Amino acid sequence: MKFSELTSMEEKIDQPLHEVVLLSQMLEDGSDPIELRNKTRIILDAMLDICEKNYGRAQKTLTGLCGDNAHLFSRWQPQMMGEFNYFATVTALSVIEANAAMGRIVACPTAGSCGVVPAMAYALRKIKKISIDCLVDALIVAGAVGKCIAQTVSISGAVAGCQAEIGTATAMASAMAVYSLSKDSKRVSHAAALSLKSLMGLVCDPVGGFVEIPCVKRNAVAVNIAISTAEMALCGIRSVIPLDEVIEAMARVGRSLPEELRETGLGGIASTKTATDLLEKIRGESL
Amino acid sequence: MNFLQIIGPVMIGPSSSHTLGAMRISKFVHKMIGEIPKYVEFYMHGSFAKTFKGHGTDRALLAGILGLKYDDERIKDSYSLARKMNLECSFITVDLGNVHPNTVRIKVQTQKGQHEIEGSSVGGGAIRIIKIDNVECELAWEYDTLMILNKDEPGALSKILSRMEANIANLFLKRINLLQATALTIIELDSPPERLDELLELPCVLECYFVPKDDFL
Repeated sequence: MKFSELTSMEEKIDQPLHEVVLLSQMLEDGSDPIELRNKTRIILDAMLDICEKNYGRAQKTLTGLCGDNAHLFSRWQPQMMGEFNYFATVTALSVIEANAAMGRIVACPTAGSCGVVPAMAYALRKIKKISIDCLVDALIVAGAVGKCIAQTVSISGAVAGCQAEIGTATAMASAMAVYSLSKDSKRVSHAAALSLKSLMGLVCDPVGGFVEIPCVKRNAVAVNIAISTAEMALCGIRSVIPLDEVIEAMARVGRSLPEELRETGLGGIASTKTATDLLEKIRGESL
Repeated sequence: MNFLQIIGPVMIGPSSSHTLGAMRISKFVHKMIGEIPKYVEFYMHGSFAKTFKGHGTDRALLAGILGLKYDDERIKDSYSLARKMNLECSFITVDLGNVHPNTVRIKVQTQKGQHEIEGSSVGGGAIRIIKIDNVECELAWEYDTLMILNKDEPGALSKILSRMEANIANLFLKRINLLQATALTIIELDSPPERLDELLELPCVLECYFVPKDDFL
């Protein structure tokens, strides 16, 4: 599916984009739009609940490679960040560290990138006071953006690198923010395209293959990228290259990434001396 | 593809392939035997063998055998839950040969007997059950699944199929034991079979297991 197909259908049938997404899903696999919306609501509720329970919490993760970043950051008086970015960053760190500690999360789109979209949703809810109904609409639209990427590229780091996980999550989070603040589908597609372009080619190089280093901090940085691309798109800044073409480029880049940089734990920072030493230490402690 | 697969599922971290997928394989076994077994052995292959502690794959597998829900926060504590429920378990690293890197073989001992199921976690929580009691198959657990241990005799399959009202999506059949003249028939159905008990009345049907389709989203 191409995103432009959805926006042109939106013009033809004169329905808001989230309704178009539900209709097109019904045409594709017979899903009941009301049930789709209800399930999206359940997922959103789970996201907000998880953010609230884990906000600023210290975690004991499986390998001990991370776990106190959210706690540390939540006690910091930000020097440069504004309220929205700061709140979203604490949330993203909190959720992805809960993931590393075998906590409950929403794999949106994957477990390794589970901090980004929920952090954006939580910040929109708490700071911008966006209504739950409006966030459900925006999550449906974000889902459509993610689906376009999944069908053309992949959402798996093992297939197309981290651009497919964190990149997709960032595009979805920016789409969610723009849709909930403007309902403008053109601006949604620009925000998503700007996000993907910013993270094009990002490699998947987790230390030891565990979802901790660099995944935890990457989730936190990604939500800030989503906020900046959303803000740019909201003011009318356009992506010169349209979203569908950016997604196709991303697929080509994914195919040309060597295996070492696709979730094998063999390349990138995973192959540094410190990473190797850390792993030996962890294995020594019988992990 | 449904967009709900992209915005979900709600699960326990840290990895959809190493926790959720692993748990779905053992939950399939739990549903098949319909009870918590007395003893279970997990044979871990490939990436599962190398990283299972750091990914919590062992805890997820145990949680699945105990029949927990995929987003149950007690998955983390499944070892102590297993102890409370008198389930003995062991994890053995092994080379299962030319299979997906995230593969586990699960051996269970129940009141009635033993079963051995092999499954792979192929990404995003999706799984393939590749062997049930030595019968090779390829089940994604997207269908209602019926497993029948039947007499290895002419006409057995046609008798079984004549009792099916639901449409058959896929079918696997293999002789298990020539001496005991038994075979295993695995049927994936578009809807649950209506009269499961009638199947058991057939003289050629020795055992019958039904696993309803898994709605993990």
